[in-house]
Amino acid sequence: MGGLSSPLRGRVGERGTANAGARALDDFPSVVVAKEHNALLLYAIDDAAIRAGLSIGLPLANARAICPELTVYDADEAADRKTLEDIADWCDRFTPLVALDPPHGLFLDITGCAHLFGGEAALLRTLCNALTRQGFAVSAAIAATSICARTLTHAAPGTIVADGGEADAVAALPVAALGADDAITKGLRRAGLKTIGDVAARGRHEISARFGSRFTTLLTHALGEGDAPISPRKLPPDYIVEKRFAEPIATESTISITLTSLAAMLVSAMDKQGKGARRLEAAFFRTDGAVRLIAVDTGRPVTSPEMVDRLFRERLDALNDPLDPGFGFDLIRLSASRTEIVVQEQRDLDATVHDNDELSALIDRIAARIGGKRVIVHLPQDTHIPERAALAAPAQHHLAASAQAAWPARTIGEPPLRPLRLFEKPEPIKVPFATVPDGPPHHFTWRRVTHAVVRVEGPERIAMEWWKQEGRALTRDYFRVEDEEGRRFWIFRDGLYERELADEEGKPIAANWYMHGLFA
Amino acid sequence: MSMLASLRGSIERIETHGDVHGLSKVALGHRSADAMLRGGLALAAVHEVFAEGHQGAAATGFLAGIAGRIASRKPLVWVRQDFAEVESAALSPNGLCELGLDPRLLVTVRAADVEAALRTTADALACDALGAVVLETFGDVRQLDLVASRKLTLAAQSSGVTALLLRVGASPAPSTAETRWIVRAAHSPPASPWSAWGAPVFDAQLVRNRHGPVGRWIMEWKCDERQFREPAAYPQPVAAAPAHRPHPAAARSVRRLAS
Repeated sequence: MGGLSSPLRGRVGERGTANAGARALDDFPSVVVAKEHNALLLYAIDDAAIRAGLSIGLPLANARAICPELTVYDADEAADRKTLEDIADWCDRFTPLVALDPPHGLFLDITGCAHLFGGEAALLRTLCNALTRQGFAVSAAIAATSICARTLTHAAPGTIVADGGEADAVAALPVAALGADDAITKGLRRAGLKTIGDVAARGRHEISARFGSRFTTLLTHALGEGDAPISPRKLPPDYIVEKRFAEPIATESTISITLTSLAAMLVSAMDKQGKGARRLEAAFFRTDGAVRLIAVDTGRPVTSPEMVDRLFRERLDALNDPLDPGFGFDLIRLSASRTEIVVQEQRDLDATVHDNDELSALIDRIAARIGGKRVIVHLPQDTHIPERAALAAPAQHHLAASAQAAWPARTIGEPPLRPLRLFEKPEPIKVPFATVPDGPPHHFTWRRVTHAVVRVEGPERIAMEWWKQEGRALTRDYFRVEDEEGRRFWIFRDGLYERELADEEGKPIAANWYMHGLFA
Repeated sequence: MSMLASLRGSIERIETHGDVHGLSKVALGHRSADAMLRGGLALAAVHEVFAEGHQGAAATGFLAGIAGRIASRKPLVWVRQDFAEVESAALSPNGLCELGLDPRLLVTVRAADVEAALRTTADALACDALGAVVLETFGDVRQLDLVASRKLTLAAQSSGVTALLLRVGASPAPSTAETRWIVRAAHSPPASPWSAWGAPVFDAQLVRNRHGPVGRWIMEWKCDERQFREPAAYPQPVAAAPAHRPHPAAARSVRRLAS
């Protein structure tokens, strides 16, 4: 970015978000209090309280003495934070680069965006009016650096500073407007430096020596002599298309038509650069300020508008809390937040390429509907522990890997050695006794049913991975058993008789048996 | 007479309506079953496999065998209700390998409820790149009625993909399935208790066949040849399951209720 051309940043500050709901009781002053240093201090106050002579930071006891009919609310920082984020969501309509400046501020990087709203002044007016209408107290300013803009919102809201005019604009403002620590502000005032201009007139090394280099940096940025980048909440998407409505839309058919046309615009924009979308986001801006974001991930870059359209229809169809238009949406935006270069493949001659395409499109559709983690492929793992031998991975991202996977080959002529159905967590079974201590059981009880063992094969001894495991891990002896009805089970005894299964005195203890799988 | 002939003709037309792929069939490998099915299981249709709750693994094996024969080298989508996984364990890819099937072709969808599972199955059936789509549910499922089954049949007919329903712990209800099987595990051929068991053996009962008679066979799945066979030595007669004697689990719960 650099502060060279005309990077303009605005800042919206609002006071007392938490007491916005208290406005109905306008006649009586109301305040929000927070606990600080074991005392309840005023955290935010309304206009009536200002008229009554209260100020932020006053102890509650003092405030009550000044104004006995005070209505008091507790501060809720989590709710304040949430409100600030909701406002930031709403501000996404002006620029994709919105950064939080807690507790009450926002930075908007409006470089190159202002002309879309009729210039900087018009943008500032639109933004302030809309927020004021919603019941927030707003002070905003536009300047070349974020710190300069923030300083102006504290003392001279509504200012728009032309390039190079930063130092003049902030010179007359009190030092408190810089937003430095209380200690620094007090120190400056005690030193007789009342305005920012006074501070700027002193040598920088003096200021650094007394107040630290961080304050000097802050001062430099406020004067427009240097700039630090803001950290936006979201990465700017690669492609954005949007549609604004003079009259808010609410019907499902209009929304779907809009999405279709936006999909076509987005795909044609991406197509020019040979890209396809891997992650798509649709943002629905409601007239009352609420913003709903719906994202769709795909396994392969999407290049056709029909596909985009279909994915979103699946997603919108399957939402747990359906899209609520309220009084209507006035802006719908479709963005491709992750894109990839599309490799053009020959389709007609090689049928398998085509098939794979269709399969991944199907997987994308299902994943959009029920969630990417619910559509899985299996990948073999390099371990002999049965329950870890296969890893279930999201099919969207691992389809190619799973097609290349090398599974252990079966031994020709052998019956199946591993069960077809495997319990993720082995289920305990009851074994009354075994003929020989480390032999197979005659009977076992699983899920309240007793099975008589007719045929046994084993044991197959599987030791745990002691080099990975923490603590005790017992060796398992697996038996393949068949019961009187012909059903086949995979059961194991946890621990080796006498060697692992012994108490402190060396006496053998009873083993635990588990059901781990079912053979076909 | 000509009236009767024309009626027969129109019934035949209705029965084969939209059935473009109706002629292609896949042989199971079991000779007498294939003869009864006139060449094997029809593609582009719905087949149902039922089993009692405690016979789920056998039914899964039988269905996996059918799916392997039908899908051959094409991908297989297996839609499973979450509850089925709790009841009868998850499908193990290593187990599939041991049956001679390729787990690389398997895409599993874990649906939270029956509605999602049905919808996903219908979606998958519309994709003609697949070899087969399996829908696995547990217990009686109200939503899987005649209408749902008709929808699946139509989807299968229009795309040519075969739908296989695995209904463990469910009782058969009217449907538009081409065939319906009830599968139980069969004993291994008699031998000493310490000898290795052989290939999986199923007691498969064909209880519904839209275009032919029904029957009951003992089938053995040959893992290396990837097909069903008559067991080489199987002296025990195929007897009907004792209908009057309930499963021990059910019997016990009844007793507990009575006490």
